[in-house]
Amino acid sequence: MPKNTLNPSEWVDLYADYLFNYTIGRVNDTEIAQDLVQETFLAALKSADNFRGNASERTWLVSILKRKIIDHYRRSNSAKGQAEVKINFPIGSDESEGDWLEERVADKRRMNIEDSIQNEELGLAIQKCIDKLPKKQADVFTMKTILGMDTEEICNELNITPSNLWVIIHRARTALASCLKSNWF
Amino acid sequence: MKKKSKLFINCDEAVIICDKSQYNEATWLDKLKLNLHLLLCGMCKKYSSNNTKLTSLCSKAKLNALSNEQKEVMKKVIETESLKKQ
Repeated sequence: MPKNTLNPSEWVDLYADYLFNYTIGRVNDTEIAQDLVQETFLAALKSADNFRGNASERTWLVSILKRKIIDHYRRSNSAKGQAEVKINFPIGSDESEGDWLEERVADKRRMNIEDSIQNEELGLAIQKCIDKLPKKQADVFTMKTILGMDTEEICNELNITPSNLWVIIHRARTALASCLKSNWF
Repeated sequence: MKKKSKLFINCDEAVIICDKSQYNEATWLDKLKLNLHLLLCGMCKKYSSNNTKLTSLCSKAKLNALSNEQKEVMKKVIETESLKKQ
């Protein structure tokens, strides 16, 4: 089996968005997510010598990112979170609603937790397919669909004509549809 | 012939209009042409329904992406770090 090798110079193009989406699903804050992805790349660079080549680059980076996310929660949980001890004294019949304000607020996330898990898987699946596209198609599709930029803006930035852009978008969408077909259509 | 091509379009034009309409950038005339074409062409009809599905999947997934500037910053940091290492 050929051993996998690392190409740090291509990490950002190939994996940044995937890792970013992975992180967002777990920390729910774009800025923190961005920092964590950056930290992951740096940590990966530092320990690149330890990469044995058994896993793919992506898997390896995700495993580092997981540690970074756990570290992030450890850090944020250290001082303030532990100082606050909350004890409930349920009185009366209505035991399900606690005394603490947090427990009285409707938890919208819990209502459709299954949906959100599925949506995250879907997101990562789409991102994986996008990463498989040729760079130009991936760029244009991301700018248009995910960042929601105007056609004109993209044309100016990439120096292409609108009809050129639509052909690229068309190719990207066709490729994505067939990439997602087996699991999600 | 010339008059015909104003309303009846070929598949290449149809799929492009279909893509545009996914981003709400097709004019009403475009949409009219597209719908007329879809009545006549099974392949494009299939593409159109798949395309709509793709759009709904993408919006459901609530994907995020880093902007190009953010990526450039990341690349620079990686580059300087790997230079330091050598």
